[in-house]
Amino acid sequence: MKDYLARIWRAIRKPSTHYSLGFLTLGGFIAGVIFWGGFNTALEVTNTEEFCISCHEMENNVYEELKSTIHYTNRSGVRATCPDCHVPHKWTDKIARKMQASKEVYGKIFGSINTREKFLEKRLELAQHEWARLKANDSLECRNCHDFAYMDFTVQGKRAARFHSTFVASGERTCIDCHKGIAHNLPDMAGVEGWN
Amino acid sequence: MMLRILACAILLFSATVLSQNVATLRKQAALDQEVTTEPIANEITNDLKVSRNYPMQPPIIPHNIRDYQIDLNVNTCLACHSRRKVTNTQATMVSVTHYMDRDGNFLAAVSPRRYFCTQCHVSQTDAAPLVGNSFVDVKELMAVSKNENE
Ligand code: HEC
Ligand code: HEC
Ligand code: HEC
Ligand code: HEC
Ligand code: HEC
Repeated sequence: MKDYLARIWRAIRKPSTHYSLGFLTLGGFIAGVIFWGGFNTALEVTNTEEFCISCHEMENNVYEELKSTIHYTNRSGVRATCPDCHVPHKWTDKIARKMQASKEVYGKIFGSINTREKFLEKRLELAQHEWARLKANDSLECRNCHDFAYMDFTVQGKRAARFHSTFVASGERTCIDCHKGIAHNLPDMAGVEGWN
Repeated sequence: MMLRILACAILLFSATVLSQNVATLRKQAALDQEVTTEPIANEITNDLKVSRNYPMQPPIIPHNIRDYQIDLNVNTCLACHSRRKVTNTQATMVSVTHYMDRDGNFLAAVSPRRYFCTQCHVSQTDAAPLVGNSFVDVKELMAVSKNENE
């Protein structure tokens, strides 16, 4: 076994005698494309709702709650899935969010939210992460679908039009400031700014 | 024991007889029949306050309340209607009765018995009424009695 490994090691270290530089470069390039593609495919797979709710923590809590809301069923039939609101579109942002999500997977493996009770206990903290993220990026994920520039106030409800034409137009507030709990039940909001 | 059974039987019997005369959404169709149902009515959310039929009536909610959460954790309505929020929201403040307990004491916050807003305040739909309504506004009653006295 040891011999075998040593032989392989030598083969790797030895300069190539059989293959041309051109072949190796091209081969490397192709392998690179395959790896890159594979990586992105894996990324795509983890970027679907099926993946998100393949763990019961998500399926039994947040997904169940989403199902009664306007982002699951509405007159136009446009659906928002988990990654639409939770994963940035830009590649670098996406990778950053995925690395953060690895921590959440860690939470799954070690069962820190494996019952409804534990989930509810953690909920405020989890929600605050999302609020902070959306606040920092000016509710980018919402705006991917709801483009403020194309909102027609005249067909909005009176309350909606009043808030949007003032606080949002001036940039004073962003979507998540007013639309917390848009997709899931809210945790105890005592102490959260604007809610007491 | 015998008596109780008899009482139940009579109750059941009269219930079936009576229920045959009650107007139902199924329009008295037999159990094994399908009826065509009316389409589900839309909520009226035009943001126009609706006048009250008597002064103590809980006003109708004139706006959308889809998914507004009211539970142990949070009361979404109060995020706009509470005393300190109305400057920004221009919503009607909950009236002083919402701060009173049942003995008439004024509390600092909305009274628990007024916490679940949709117990009393509801939205309206544009459905045509199923049965007629003979409600007469007290103003009209006053006019009638005034004429009678003259
Ligand atoms: C995948 C696209 C998508 C994303 C992302 C999205 N929305 Fe929506 N949103 C919709 C659609 C579609 C509707 C329903 C439109 C309709 O039929 O009236 C909607 C409706 C709404 C409504 C109206 C609710 C009501 O009861 O009338 C609000 C408020 C809203 N979204 C806020 C948000 C916020 C805040 C975010 C970000 C956290 C967000 N949306 C992200 C697509 C999206
Ligand atoms: C200052 C508070 C505030 C901000 C900021 C805000 N909204 Fe709203 N929005 C409201 C209110 C109030 C309503 C009406 C309440 C409702 O429909 O439940 C509303 C309603 C809506 C609706 C439904 C429209 C209708 O006519 O019913 C959509 C869609 C929406 N908001 C999207 C957004 C998006 C996207 C952003 C960010 C660009 C945003 N809002 C920012 C307060 C706000
Ligand atoms: C319309 C946008 C939207 C969609 C779709 C959506 N979320 Fe969320 N999610 C949010 C927002 C906004 C928060 C921040 C907390 C809040 O306001 O409720 C949040 C919070 C969370 C949290 C933190 C715990 C909590 O409830 O606050 C988890 C976990 C979560 N979402 C998972 C999911 C999963 C899984 C899906 C798909 C089944 C999903 N979300 C779909 C917008 C969305
Ligand atoms: C985004 C802020 C907002 C929220 C949240 C809200 N309201 Fe309102 N409400 C208003 C405004 C503004 C009005 C004035 C009429 C209009 O613009 O629709 C109003 C009007 C009303 C009225 C009529 C008052 C009158 O004098 O006739 C009732 C009743 C009412 N709301 C109840 C509720 C209930 C119950 C909830 C929670 C389920 C709720 N509202 C949530 C803003 C809000
Ligand atoms: C037990 C029934 C009941 C509950 C629960 C209740 N209300 Fe009322 N509400 C009334 C009645 C009755 C009136 C009209 C007479 C009065 O002002 O007391 C009223 C009046 C109002 C008005 C109009 C006030 C005015 O000055 O014209 C608003 C706004 C309102 N309620 C909002 C709410 C909100 C928001 C909640 C939840 C926090 C709520 N109500 C809970 C019964 C109720």
